[in-house]
Amino acid sequence: MNPRRKKRLFAVVAVIFGIGSAVGLTLYALQENINLFYTPSELIEGKGPEKELPYIGQKLRIGGMVVPGSVDRVETSLDVTFKLIDTGPMVTIKYHGILPDLFREGQGIVAQGTLVEPNVIEAFEVLAKHDEEYMPAEIAEAVKGIKHEKPKYNLNSEN
Amino acid sequence: MIPEIGYFSLVLAMGLSLLLCIFPLWGAYTGNLRLMRTAPSLAVGQCLLVLFSFGVLIYITLTDDFTVAYVAHHSSSTLPWYYKVTSTWGGHEGAILLWLVMQASWTALVAMMSKSLPWVLRARVLGVLGFLGVGFMLYTLWMSSPFERLLPYYPVEGRDLNPLLQDPGMIIHPPLLYMGYVGLSVSFSFAIAALLTGKLDNTWAKWSRPWTMAAWGFLTLGITIGSWWAYAELGWGGWWFWDPVENASLMPWLVATALLHSLAITEKRGVFKSWTVLLAIAAFSLCLLGTFIVRSGIIVSVHAFATDPDRGLFILSFLALVVGGSLALYGLRVSQVYSEGRYKLVSREVGLWVNNIFLVVATLIVLLGTLLPMIHKELGLGSISIGVPFFNQMFAILIVPFAILMGMAPMLRWKQNKLPPLAKKWAGIFVATIVITSAWLFSSFDEISTLTYLATALAVWICIATVVDLVEKVSVHPSTAQGLKRLGMSYWAMVLGHVGIAFVIASVTLTSAYSVERSVVMKKGETATLNDYEYRFEGVNEIRGPNYGGHAGEVTVFKDGEYVTLLHAEKRLYDVGMQFMTEAAIDDGFFRDLYLALGESMGNGAWSLRIYHKPYVRWMWLGGILISVAGFIVLADKRYRRRKQTSVEHA
Repeated sequence: MNPRRKKRLFAVVAVIFGIGSAVGLTLYALQENINLFYTPSELIEGKGPEKELPYIGQKLRIGGMVVPGSVDRVETSLDVTFKLIDTGPMVTIKYHGILPDLFREGQGIVAQGTLVEPNVIEAFEVLAKHDEEYMPAEIAEAVKGIKHEKPKYNLNSEN
Repeated sequence: MIPEIGYFSLVLAMGLSLLLCIFPLWGAYTGNLRLMRTAPSLAVGQCLLVLFSFGVLIYITLTDDFTVAYVAHHSSSTLPWYYKVTSTWGGHEGAILLWLVMQASWTALVAMMSKSLPWVLRARVLGVLGFLGVGFMLYTLWMSSPFERLLPYYPVEGRDLNPLLQDPGMIIHPPLLYMGYVGLSVSFSFAIAALLTGKLDNTWAKWSRPWTMAAWGFLTLGITIGSWWAYAELGWGGWWFWDPVENASLMPWLVATALLHSLAITEKRGVFKSWTVLLAIAAFSLCLLGTFIVRSGIIVSVHAFATDPDRGLFILSFLALVVGGSLALYGLRVSQVYSEGRYKLVSREVGLWVNNIFLVVATLIVLLGTLLPMIHKELGLGSISIGVPFFNQMFAILIVPFAILMGMAPMLRWKQNKLPPLAKKWAGIFVATIVITSAWLFSSFDEISTLTYLATALAVWICIATVVDLVEKVSVHPSTAQGLKRLGMSYWAMVLGHVGIAFVIASVTLTSAYSVERSVVMKKGETATLNDYEYRFEGVNEIRGPNYGGHAGEVTVFKDGEYVTLLHAEKRLYDVGMQFMTEAAIDDGFFRDLYLALGESMGNGAWSLRIYHKPYVRWMWLGGILISVAGFIVLADKRYRRRKQTSVEHA
């Protein structure tokens, strides 16, 4: 092999090694760090064609609408519980902390946490999007059966 | 009438772009100098028209013309004037117009500053920029016009700018980020022009380098300010969320960083040419991909903006055209590229090459982590999220060899080095690193985990190695003054950039390890303690701003019984959207930030509050600023100054 080819070979091997280790690392890290997304109905009734239920202790994400009137706050501590709903059964979320600004009853939110009882999740994070009309795409799909919704220009009706 | 003038001006600009795309490229192909010479005036003309159109948008926003849908959606009459100006890029249509402004300005700048380039190359660079301009203008005019009217029924009041965007950080963040994004289109155009010409020599790298550095500097500054905005405005005390929208800006930055290192080798040593070209193509393609991710709604993001699948499809098609076209051209031409330089294993070439591999691997990881949830979902496998732990883990692994290399590589010489003397030097730096890291950490903190120690040591390692190298390079000259003078701007850029990265690594490590937070419920006069600081709640006042009302919590902070500061944290309720916003109070310091967010009223005078103590968090943005300065000072390098009367016009 002439030196030029040798260098090319070295370069190619280096690239393959780099990409290979990236993919390897990625797959390894993914095993631990993928969180499945559930809607409240899926959490209770099972997800997918096999109707798989999450196990107690599983880390997951859940998205739904906050049931109006369900937000229960203890006056002297930051413990809060509320219920989430999509089209079927409700799920209870427990959270300790200050809720995001855009958290409101009747609004769509996403929570991340651990399943502690079949229908109770202890959340370590509650997210509401930076937009007053936000409904997480996954919930929109579950609730309305639509995939994407165009932004609406219906200012007239409001004013 | 006025909005229509703005629209019409864009139509004209698009006409000029189309000519800019056709005439110079055709001229360069046929060797027609007259056609090639149209490029600079077309570029400048296009720029003026786009600027005029943008001026029109600002004018109709300032005059509250709510017959225009964009203004009605993103502004309101009560908005302060500077946020009205900001609102012109607060929404999708306006943001794309801002993109056009940047694109046209970069094009005009290239047209004016490239007088000493050969006409063929100059015409081709501007032609490719013209092509990109056509793409974005077509998009704006066709599906994203900010001048669309709401007639005959229009609102008497606008919907206001999203309160989150009503922040000084958001005034400058998008323009800086776009300057960076669009600036990379210049590197892209230089690469394509070089491929078209078939002459991939050092000239091309030399010309492309300052533009790339400038674009990269803006991109760095944009990302830094974006991170600072998230920290100051979102009220969570976080500064990076690995959100798809953030990843969209990080990917081009990583590749652009690889690109400017690779450009340095290509310019100085004439090697890695085809790789450099590929990076230039990849960097801009990732900017387009980022736009696609942010605008298409295909990825669920906590802060994705107004989204629309048709628009996503357009951007995706444009992306496919740009990437596909350039890769095809690359494939056709790459076999003609030969490297001139020769080098051995222990050399700066190889050091930079390994750096490039790391950066590309990091990009791939971000790309995979960002796109996998989308692919997973489109395959019908359900929705997944790949969160912060994944990216943190991956980057924690990658940064170790990368940072070690960052300390070592600047000491390597081109072509070849003898290893033993270097190894001796590195051993010395290693010992110094251990001593300084230990002294620093053990004097500042009680508990130190192995990981924290290791990561901090990496930052210290980079700093010491950089300083040692600097001192050595100066000391080969008879006097220090002379030595300092002889170091080029690119060298100083390297020093600043590397030290900046060290600051970021140290900050991320220490603030992640030692930040503490406490959520408390307090009544007036009650106190809470966090670290050495005591917080006394002084109660809540009503506040009234131009377009919002709300409450402000006042908290006095003491340390060892002495007054430190009075924090004023607001909870605003914006009038138009009836949206709550937290305005955190921050007492910033070089070594620590005290950060306070007002929660909600718990009844009978008690309020929830969140207190954070964040050591070294400010070093992150300090590092970011140092890195971006590195990008800008290269522009001052004598080598890149325009030489007068040296242009050779050959066609």
